[in-house]
Amino acid sequence: MIAELGLAALWMAAALAALQLVAGAFGVRADSILVDMARPAAIVQALLVMGSFTALLYVFAVTDLSVALVASNSHSAKPFIYKVTGAWGSHEGSMLLWVTVLAMSGALVARFERRLDARSLAGTLAAQGALALGFYAFLLFSSNPFERLATPVPEGLGLNPLLQDIGLAFHPPTLYLGYVGLSVAFSFAVGALLTGRVDRAFADAMRPWVLGAWVFLTLGISAGSYWAYYELGWGGWWFWDPVENASLMPWLAATALLHSVSVLSSRGGLRTWTIMLAVTAFAMSMLGTFLVRSGILTSVHAFAVDPERGAFILVLMVLYTGAALGLFAWRASAIAEGQRFAVVSREGALVVNNVLLSAILAIVLFGTLYPVATEAFGVRVSVGPPYFNPVSAMFFLPLVLVLLVGPLLRWKRDRLDRIAKPAIAAAVVLGAALVGVAMLGGAGLLPALGIALAVALGVASWMPLKGRRLRYVELSVWGMVLAHFGLAVSLFGAAADSGFSKETLAASAIGDIMAIGPYEVELTSITPVAGPNWTATEATMLARRGGASYELHPQSRSFWQPQQQTSESALLGSWNGQLYAVIGEQADGGRWQVRLWWKPFVTLIWLGSILIALGGVLALVGRMGKRRKRDRARARTARQQAELAAL
Amino acid sequence: MKPKHQRLVLVAIALAALVGAGLLAAWGLRNQANFFYVPAQYIAEKPASDRLIRLGGMVEAGSLETLPDGVTVTFTVGDGKARVPVRYTGILPDLFVEGSGVVAEGRRQADGLFLAENLLAKHDENYMPRELEGMDAEAKADTLADTVE
Repeated sequence: MIAELGLAALWMAAALAALQLVAGAFGVRADSILVDMARPAAIVQALLVMGSFTALLYVFAVTDLSVALVASNSHSAKPFIYKVTGAWGSHEGSMLLWVTVLAMSGALVARFERRLDARSLAGTLAAQGALALGFYAFLLFSSNPFERLATPVPEGLGLNPLLQDIGLAFHPPTLYLGYVGLSVAFSFAVGALLTGRVDRAFADAMRPWVLGAWVFLTLGISAGSYWAYYELGWGGWWFWDPVENASLMPWLAATALLHSVSVLSSRGGLRTWTIMLAVTAFAMSMLGTFLVRSGILTSVHAFAVDPERGAFILVLMVLYTGAALGLFAWRASAIAEGQRFAVVSREGALVVNNVLLSAILAIVLFGTLYPVATEAFGVRVSVGPPYFNPVSAMFFLPLVLVLLVGPLLRWKRDRLDRIAKPAIAAAVVLGAALVGVAMLGGAGLLPALGIALAVALGVASWMPLKGRRLRYVELSVWGMVLAHFGLAVSLFGAAADSGFSKETLAASAIGDIMAIGPYEVELTSITPVAGPNWTATEATMLARRGGASYELHPQSRSFWQPQQQTSESALLGSWNGQLYAVIGEQADGGRWQVRLWWKPFVTLIWLGSILIALGGVLALVGRMGKRRKRDRARARTARQQAELAAL
Repeated sequence: MKPKHQRLVLVAIALAALVGAGLLAAWGLRNQANFFYVPAQYIAEKPASDRLIRLGGMVEAGSLETLPDGVTVTFTVGDGKARVPVRYTGILPDLFVEGSGVVAEGRRQADGLFLAENLLAKHDENYMPRELEGMDAEAKADTLADTVE
């Protein structure tokens, strides 16, 4: 019964999305009564689809095995939390989650957006309706999450054990919030193209959505990277796997968009470029979903893959992106010219930032799609780190160089000699760091450059605060400083890890001692342990460092439904790095395979990305605070004028 | 400079950078064109030993052997036409079994041995690298034939 209610709610939501599309489209032409229908349609639609998603959560929570999706993705013995998160661990569930978040954000726009003029808002809501409608059609015609089995099964097939991890359980929703935030930016762009109004009001309306999306994408990507690091037992954190690239590409586009929107909002420049980026960013998130779901690319972590459904997403993507680009070609000339600015200015630096980010995006896109293209000609290739690392670094390292001085430049026009001092200081830090890394030795060219740039950026990122009274610095400036500092922290971690990590591997007997980095590790015992739906071989290791000792418990787990092995690594963190231990199979002579890594400063990679996301949050809060103050001031002026008029 | 001219200049710069990135990507990809080898190709083309490449094929039945150090294994990867000896030091991925597909990342040694630095793990019993699709039936029959003899 609950499943049927969920399905019915989905149908009604789809009908409302259609209404929203039509009403919004008419609203672009004239302020008609139809516009007043687009708003409630968006809000009620969101309530309905939330109800539908709640129904799905319910059937998963109670393990209703007459529902096909539950039967194929859950098991009664699974821990409760994973029963619930399993609701979006599958293809159908994740698509329902996607459209739920989409409808909720549409409702937020409909309820709270006040800066845009009525016609642009109508166009935005129409675009949101169109997006939602496509996904409803997808769910209802090809991926019904509530489909019943003809005969209920006694037990479910279980969830892939790799997904039974708290990090991964919340990783997809985080990414989806990012993707969907970009869909709102896309809808704003469509609305603006329809009316030709690309002004500051438009930038102010779009900016929080881009910021929010970017924060969630940042968190989602770093969570995914950390998951791969500790759960897969490979000791690596980024593989240029197509699925990783699928989330990186929208992030790159969103980062560029974030910076170009700030130019549009502060100075009224980069109008058509911003629109183009908004369309690109959403196209990249659709492409990401398509790549992950279609199985068209080889990936070690593409779950829930189905080529037929991939085709559906591809059609949606081509339809939406094609329509938006068509609209762009038709309407771009209607967008007014932006403000002029000098090459040496904040805008100039941001343009360089945008060009470099777009170049990296292009490189990742080429590398990811190249195997698909060659396969069409019958040639199978894979593209890996030997391509991505050097080629993207060629654009990423200059990007960091621009970051050293860009934030110090003033809007509109500046002189290079004004920032000469900090620029020279940055160059000195950079040079000193390079010499320092070279003296340490052992690292390759790229890690050495990375560390030097990270140190220089770490110092330079605080420069915009210099000479200002910290209490009066706006939150958005703090946000920028923190995000740029976070990038330096991440870069430092990544470069230190790739340049200086150490690894050792041996078949150890109980009592054997292995030396790695600053630790001496002793294998003390091997015991069998059991969990709710798995059994494991657990090693106990004692890691000693300067008199202190710590216990580590890596496991080799066997799940019984579905039957699968996973490695649970053990991590021991300290201020300057992490010890990473994995246990393998039993070798002959009572020995066990043990693999240890010493990874200097590796945790800084994720700490840095959290700082980056936090910077985004500060900027978001700062913007909102500023807007509230402005609105209040405006209301006060209006009141005073009214009082004057009354006199 | 008028705003219109500035826009043109910006578009020109952006285009130049994107074309540059494209050319760079094309160059990088051309060097990578033979990143992936199947055994027959590997034997015929003999990739240089300093290049990191991927070798994909079926792990031949009965070929897996663990050396006395307990962490180094040797096995043969075949595609039904040719076979390549592989050596790997490390913990085998969870679903690594004989008679199943594998993708090994590493370098060719002077004597033809493939020294794997990494075995690409599959995380699901249904996972089959796309590069190996179509190979299995033939190669599997071959590995089975070996076992029967």
